[in-house]
Amino acid sequence: MIHSPLPQTDYMASGHVGCPGCGATVAMKFALRALGEKTMLVIPACCWAIIAGSHPQTSLKVPVLHTAFATAGAAASGLRAALDMRGDTETTVVAWAGDGGTFDIGFQALSGAVERNEDFIYVCYDNEAYMNTGVQRSSSTPFGTRTTTTPGTNWKHTRKKNIVEAFAAHRIPYAATASIAYPEDMIRKFQRARELKGGSRFLHVYATCPTGWRVPSDQCIKIARLAVKTRAFPLYEVTDGVRYTLNHDAEPPLPVRDYLSVQGRFKHLTDDDYGEIQAMVDEDWELLKRKVALAPEEARA
Amino acid sequence: MKEVVEGSHAVSEAVRLARVQVMSAYPITPQTHIVEALSEYCADGRMAARFICVESEHSAMAAVIGAASGGVRTFTATSSHGLALMHELLHWASAARLPIVMAEVNRALGPGWNIWMDQTDSLAQRDTGWIQLYCEDGQEVLDTTLLAFRLAESASLPVMVVLDAFFLSHTYEPVDIPDQASVDRFLPAFQPRIQLDTQDPFALSQMAPPGCYMEMRHDIEAGMRRIPEHYTAAEEAFASVFGRRYGMLEAYRCEDADIILAMAGTAVSTSRQVVDDLRERGEKVGVLKLRMFRPFPAALLASLAGDARKIAVLDRNFCFGVGGIFAQEIRAALYLMDSRPPVYSYIAGLGGRDVTPETIEEIYVRTKQSERPAPESVWIGLDPAACPVCRTD
Repeated sequence: MIHSPLPQTDYMASGHVGCPGCGATVAMKFALRALGEKTMLVIPACCWAIIAGSHPQTSLKVPVLHTAFATAGAAASGLRAALDMRGDTETTVVAWAGDGGTFDIGFQALSGAVERNEDFIYVCYDNEAYMNTGVQRSSSTPFGTRTTTTPGTNWKHTRKKNIVEAFAAHRIPYAATASIAYPEDMIRKFQRARELKGGSRFLHVYATCPTGWRVPSDQCIKIARLAVKTRAFPLYEVTDGVRYTLNHDAEPPLPVRDYLSVQGRFKHLTDDDYGEIQAMVDEDWELLKRKVALAPEEARA
Repeated sequence: MKEVVEGSHAVSEAVRLARVQVMSAYPITPQTHIVEALSEYCADGRMAARFICVESEHSAMAAVIGAASGGVRTFTATSSHGLALMHELLHWASAARLPIVMAEVNRALGPGWNIWMDQTDSLAQRDTGWIQLYCEDGQEVLDTTLLAFRLAESASLPVMVVLDAFFLSHTYEPVDIPDQASVDRFLPAFQPRIQLDTQDPFALSQMAPPGCYMEMRHDIEAGMRRIPEHYTAAEEAFASVFGRRYGMLEAYRCEDADIILAMAGTAVSTSRQVVDDLRERGEKVGVLKLRMFRPFPAALLASLAGDARKIAVLDRNFCFGVGGIFAQEIRAALYLMDSRPPVYSYIAGLGGRDVTPETIEEIYVRTKQSERPAPESVWIGLDPAACPVCRTD
């Protein structure tokens, strides 16, 4: 018997077709535990379009609307409008997309939807490349990564897009990062997002991809934890686009090299490259700390 | 009650009377008047509906797909580049069997930029699984839009109501706008066949592997094949309430015609007049109005036009490398018929060029004087002074 203050009812079945050690499945498991049965998912093309199951099966115990790649923000807007017209304000509409569907092809539709402040939760489970199609780079792929479209010495030489900042700039009610290595924090954020109904809520969830990152499948959680402890993926919340809260201080931080060097996708990096990436991480962290310091009293909903 | 309204507003009035619940659209000339009026109806309470102002046509169609999956009556409108941008989602809507209704204003595609009448935009979507209905005047626009909801919902397939840019969308005509009670009799509240439900969770539009994909496509085709039956039933119900009917095709003075002119849209009205004038001069000519394009009513076409000596098709559209699109369809429809009149293909009125009575009479005369059709479409009214014209013959 598990004694935990966290919700334990699962809305995801075993027997799904995710890869061994898939972080995106861990993310869904915790998300649905937090959100409960009054949830409808809108899933565009992404790994989860497969993991959720082929006709006539489904691995999820909540309704799922599968939709075209670029459309999660728009389709979720329409579904929300339909529920409102039917008088159902209780059900939470959740768009659930990968980084390709969020940072790249679905960015326009999502930007439009959150500018309208559509009443839904948008979750990007981020595995930092197009994993479902065979590990091609996305605009979420970090500096230094080798993918099948950034191979050899042409590894990605530009930074990962900062997606939370992009949506904070839309001044949405709630934006936050979360990690599968910190389930209590993640479940709290999903519950908070659910309670903040009435506007757009964006959750950026770190989801290890053992297949694409070339790490052993049993290292999924450990690597996710290293991302936070090295400050490569800080855990924080932004309310109304301006009030920042840091959820995990990672003090003192581990060197980012500890996080990178255990992954096959970064194996080619030199000491100079590690130094360059460390400087980027330090700079981003300082920027984040300054934003947190600007409005330290975060108004809780 | 008859009112003088713009063709665009004939659409808007029908959508209001249909009690649509969720609409979404993106502005594009010459569709904007339709959605501006609908926005006003939502704002002033004449409609109890949500209008989602999206950032693209791709998102407009995605939003109504999401809404229709949630079990409400939906509508969108677009034109030209907007329809082209929607293309991916047109497939998605029909394969998901969602009864979405869309008004599509026929406008040319660029480059060069051209906002005027041209049918290539909608005809290029012929393989997307949408029912397509072409309109001739404002009354038909209103009636067809109402009919479209009933047809879409009875067949679980989306319907595109097509009207000419400006010649119809921006032309004011007297239109009988029915009262709400009559429309409610014809079109009761929407009863969705499928809708997402947390009490009965299932997945919609999920992955379909090779073991079932073909069967799903076959099922859509089976649905398409039943459209004439659904359409006739819907028109019967419409006629019993409103006293008007249009048919899938309309034959005007075709019974004894040697030559039948075939076309869609407002050029039909012009052609009716030309036919009347030619008849007075003893010419045996009629007009076949092409109203339903998908599914293509091949058998009906053969029965209405199969006895003519020649069929002359006026296409305000073009498929590069092949020719006029309606002409291709008519040729294909006649192929298996015993009587197979030769089909003459003419291109006219592209990009908003006027189709005048003289244009139509020229098509008639050329057809009458030619022993057999040219292998390629004949372009009418090319002006060498406008820009250098390459000979295609």
